[in-house]
Amino acid sequence: MPPASGSRSALRAFFRWSKPVTDLTDLGVRELRDGIRAGTFSAREVADSFIVAVSKAKQLNAFLVETPDHAVAAAKEADAARAAGETLKPLAGVPIGMKDLFCTKGVQSAAASHILEGFKPEYESTVSQKLWDAGAGMLGKLNMDQFAMGSSNETSYFGNVISPWRRADGGNAPLAPGGSSGGSSASIAARLCPAATGTDTGGSIRQPAAFTGISGIKPTYGRCSRWGIIAFASSLDQAGPMARDVRDCAIMLEAMSGFDAKDSTSLQLDVPKWEAGLNASLAGKRIGIPKEYRVDGMPAEIEALWQQGIDWVKDAGAEVVEVSLPHTKYALPAYYIIAPAEASSNLARYDGVRYGLRDLPEGANLQEMYAATRAAGFGAEVKRRILIGTYVLSAGFYDAYYTQAQKVRTLIARDFDRAWETCDLLLTPTAPSAAFALGEKSADPIAMYLNDVFTVPSSLAGLPAMSVPGGLDKSGLPLGLQVIGKALDEQGVLDACLAIEERAGFRARPEAWW
Amino acid sequence: MSVDAATVKKIASLARIAITDEEVAKIAPELDNILGWIEQLGEVDCTGVEPMTAVIANTLRLRDDVVTDGGKRDAVLANAPQAEHGFFTVPKVIE
Repeated sequence: MPPASGSRSALRAFFRWSKPVTDLTDLGVRELRDGIRAGTFSAREVADSFIVAVSKAKQLNAFLVETPDHAVAAAKEADAARAAGETLKPLAGVPIGMKDLFCTKGVQSAAASHILEGFKPEYESTVSQKLWDAGAGMLGKLNMDQFAMGSSNETSYFGNVISPWRRADGGNAPLAPGGSSGGSSASIAARLCPAATGTDTGGSIRQPAAFTGISGIKPTYGRCSRWGIIAFASSLDQAGPMARDVRDCAIMLEAMSGFDAKDSTSLQLDVPKWEAGLNASLAGKRIGIPKEYRVDGMPAEIEALWQQGIDWVKDAGAEVVEVSLPHTKYALPAYYIIAPAEASSNLARYDGVRYGLRDLPEGANLQEMYAATRAAGFGAEVKRRILIGTYVLSAGFYDAYYTQAQKVRTLIARDFDRAWETCDLLLTPTAPSAAFALGEKSADPIAMYLNDVFTVPSSLAGLPAMSVPGGLDKSGLPLGLQVIGKALDEQGVLDACLAIEERAGFRARPEAWW
Repeated sequence: MSVDAATVKKIASLARIAITDEEVAKIAPELDNILGWIEQLGEVDCTGVEPMTAVIANTLRLRDDVVTDGGKRDAVLANAPQAEHGFFTVPKVIE
């Protein structure tokens, strides 16, 4: 093992002496980037280490497609650039994981669905292209909830992702890695990649990050282009990075963000230097604690962690104030109208004609082909949401459901605007529980939906929000804290999470059993 | 209100998803349960509230009305389940 907290020179001496390839997987994005730049190790050694780790971790089912050639090519380019004395790109030689929702040219992009199985896009999503332009390489495509619909990674057509974490009760029950970005969270926690892309529609970056003891940020709606991301609910979908710490998320987010003319909702703004701007002092900041987030039945450990978080931000210099977000309880029902409505519309494109699966029963006409294809190609949760969406948009119900939900959404956004009159950021738990066992909630859709109670309101308002590990529960499972910021204040969110990270000193990691 | 079997069949038909009677029997109570839970939104007083159209204030950009893309027929057809003579093909629709 390398020295746990050694200086860079000690680390360098160690690697020069012994080159223990597998230990490179313990390093994060910044350490890998800086080590490759300094020549402490080569990008090729880094790529090879992670490729081996991925290949050994089949039991986790985190990767749907492995792309070692892609990672090696990026590594070779980084090593050649360094050998030639060139300035290295921001992520030169850093291998990452790519959620299967992102279209990657020539590599299956199926949104973990059957209907898109075998779909190899002829184009590259803007966000993934930006990462490749920054010098990153791809280790593979990451499993997820089918079409990003789920909170436990149990709706993938290609099987559940198993969390690398286990309860300390010796029972070894397979746990959910969270969802929908469950392949991303599991693979980062298991050291199969230092960072990965995620997407967040109602909490799909933050809840899996909390379940697996890593960090993840959903930026302001419009920061990351949605072009080439398989659409779920377009007014909510937003890409963001997941990684082991706050700084690594800042580095990744800088590479992923930026204006894109191909996305009509892309924000035409320069990308801030979030990494350089990191500042863990919260002096002068007012942090709001929304009283409506103290929900009934919240475990005492979550309550205690939240109080601990309050003490940490106070210690970092922040003033803590109580605020009210009165429409919080209506956020989930509004979300479960708006998101399925948009999904039913977006998923109408899967018709068995242009791409993906076609099911053409003997003698079937065109309409029957559509219906058979969609029946065979969509999983149960996806069908459920398409049906809900179709229902709430159907003649006679549109105003009662969809228009009413969009009005409530206005009120939810207004709640946040009022809160910003007395505070700069909000601090809440990320999820109402630690990771649950696979199968524990899958029979009850509403129980599953309630998992997103703390993440959905900020999604509906398009605000930046981040989950950072806070500690472990009594079963030894990670718990996360969430910081929500004003629109475009990713820096404030990252800073507050950094202050929490420094005080939480979260070092726990799952013991390798896979 | 309640979601009955006939309603499920109707919306499944609108959504172009083939559904069996067994599936209808399973899905109807699920949807009824979810829609019943959603109905609490009706208690919110939204008098004078505009429905949200954009979460972040943003103006729709205009661009020059010129051709910016094209000449990609083979790429467009590359993932088609069935393509012939440079077209997507489907079962016969005109008798």
